[in-house]
Amino acid sequence: MSISLQETRVSFRQGTDSLLRRRLLHSRVFRVVCLLLTYSSLGILGILMGSVFWSSLSRLAPDFLSNHYSMNPVRCGILAGIWGSFWLVMLTAAFSIPIGVGSAVYLEEMASDTWLVRLIRINLSNLAGVPSIVYGILGLSAFRPLMLSLQTVFDGTRVVNVMGLFRVRILHLEIFDGSVLIGAMTMSLVILPIVIIASQEALRAIPSSIRVASLALGATRWQTIWRQVIPAALPGIATGVILAVSRAIGEAAPIMMIGVLTVASMCPGGIETPLQMLQDPTRLIAVPFDQFTAMPVEIYDWSKQPDPQDRFTAVAAAGIVVLLLVLLLINAAAMIVRARAGRNTQW
Amino acid sequence: MSKEKQVLSVPPSVQGVDRNLDTSLHPEAIDVRNLSFYYGDLQVLYDISLRVPERSVTALIGPSGCGKSTFLRTLNRMNDLIDGTRCTGECLVEGQNIMSPDVDVVLLRKHVGMVFQKSTPFPKSIFDNVAYGPRVAGERTRSVLNDLVESCLRKAALWDEVSDRLHTPAMALSGGQQQRLCIARTLATAPKIILMDEPASALDPASTDRIENLIGELCANYTIVIVTHNMQQASRVSHQTAFFFKGRLIEVGPTMKIFTSPTQKQTEDYITGRFG
Repeated sequence: MSISLQETRVSFRQGTDSLLRRRLLHSRVFRVVCLLLTYSSLGILGILMGSVFWSSLSRLAPDFLSNHYSMNPVRCGILAGIWGSFWLVMLTAAFSIPIGVGSAVYLEEMASDTWLVRLIRINLSNLAGVPSIVYGILGLSAFRPLMLSLQTVFDGTRVVNVMGLFRVRILHLEIFDGSVLIGAMTMSLVILPIVIIASQEALRAIPSSIRVASLALGATRWQTIWRQVIPAALPGIATGVILAVSRAIGEAAPIMMIGVLTVASMCPGGIETPLQMLQDPTRLIAVPFDQFTAMPVEIYDWSKQPDPQDRFTAVAAAGIVVLLLVLLLINAAAMIVRARAGRNTQW
Repeated sequence: MSKEKQVLSVPPSVQGVDRNLDTSLHPEAIDVRNLSFYYGDLQVLYDISLRVPERSVTALIGPSGCGKSTFLRTLNRMNDLIDGTRCTGECLVEGQNIMSPDVDVVLLRKHVGMVFQKSTPFPKSIFDNVAYGPRVAGERTRSVLNDLVESCLRKAALWDEVSDRLHTPAMALSGGQQQRLCIARTLATAPKIILMDEPASALDPASTDRIENLIGELCANYTIVIVTHNMQQASRVSHQTAFFFKGRLIEVGPTMKIFTSPTQKQTEDYITGRFG
């Protein structure tokens, strides 16, 4: 009796079952492979960042932020790029936020399920994947003629007869080809699909019970969207918009297509410090029509500078460090927005 | 005492509800005539005719999927929100057919309020939740809103619990409080009729008790139609009970009669728990 019991006793000791040992080995190998893949890409990224930072050290100084472009690499700075990118992003956001959020609200909240709406929904993600250079060509062919016609309207020689009563001379505005305005319009094309998709997802995350409850209280559809759905979705929308904008900061290709300056020693509207913006706000009018350059464009240009001693490499590296810091700040802002949202929303 | 056989031991009603009320003597708040309803090609309601007397509670009972919730939602056209729904027949509220295309659903829903199974407070303060209905209707005067919020919270038996924290998030209230908040929010739009879709099914017994007593108080001034799975609840809170089965209205009558001497076999089977 006792012998037969011992024979049927199950052992839980490791290594007793040879088949299981092989299965466990597979599992352990798989774990190591995944771990290596993860950390190798992280490691390469770390090495890249480290080497960029290392080579930027010789130029990374406060005056790098406050100097204009210079043929002398020791005095060359990114000021024009910072202001150019700033205005570019501001105008891009001004265009893409209303259009993007509005489209998302229409597609999610209002549109009935027709073939056209379905086609748009499906193609949004395709549009988000289109290379940005394509949008650059689009901007060049679509927006540049617009700029040219604006130039002829605002050349300062045209006089309009207002209802036969008096004649008004249209003011003279200096409008450039590769202006901030056309750059922002092109960049809006690049990030619009991202803004729309992010906003759609934020809207979709709002439980329909909120909409139904609002409608049941006698709110119109517009009131429901404006007072309930959008406020509740705002953190999600804001996160998406911030991330899309950070993409706009890093893009060089589309604005190079429309002809931005690469060698710039001027800031749009001549504004070089925030103080000047307050002292002379009329300069703001000139900003959208002025020429500009952007940080990634400048970095690209510096890295191409023929310099026997390779001194512009440090300038380009310093530019990359500044650009990365800006992106880091923006992403941190997105994380803060998201964290705050998570605190208030529990359905 | 009647000699009719008692098919179910009927629990005592909540205060304010007379379950032997002769509903035919009351003026009607809702008069549904030959209502049929379709989701696409699928017919879910067959030729429903039902009178709901003013200032009374009508309970709709029946097994899951019998169409009682769909029927409730047609009474303030909430089914409009679902694509591909269709409706025939008439539903008269205040003598007007609300199914007619020229009816403004916003005006209708102000008159016919609704409380849902899952309490859905907006992610705002308690005050803003109650003031939402009046605000979307255009009321901006602070003092008017203050008075309205207080009176509605009092009517919903919630004032004493929240009066010192009106501006804290409504999401922080307990489930039962949230549901009473939703009732207060509905009262704030000054409806005449309140539709309740299983308002207590997600609540604990104590909160359910409070909601039921509240219904008993409210029916002095409002017409209430309530869908419930809980037959004890139906028998406690309603003047009139309607039994739905497979999209048809099988039987409707004074609650006491339905629960003690139903005329239809299906009603009796359901009430005694033989199915459903």
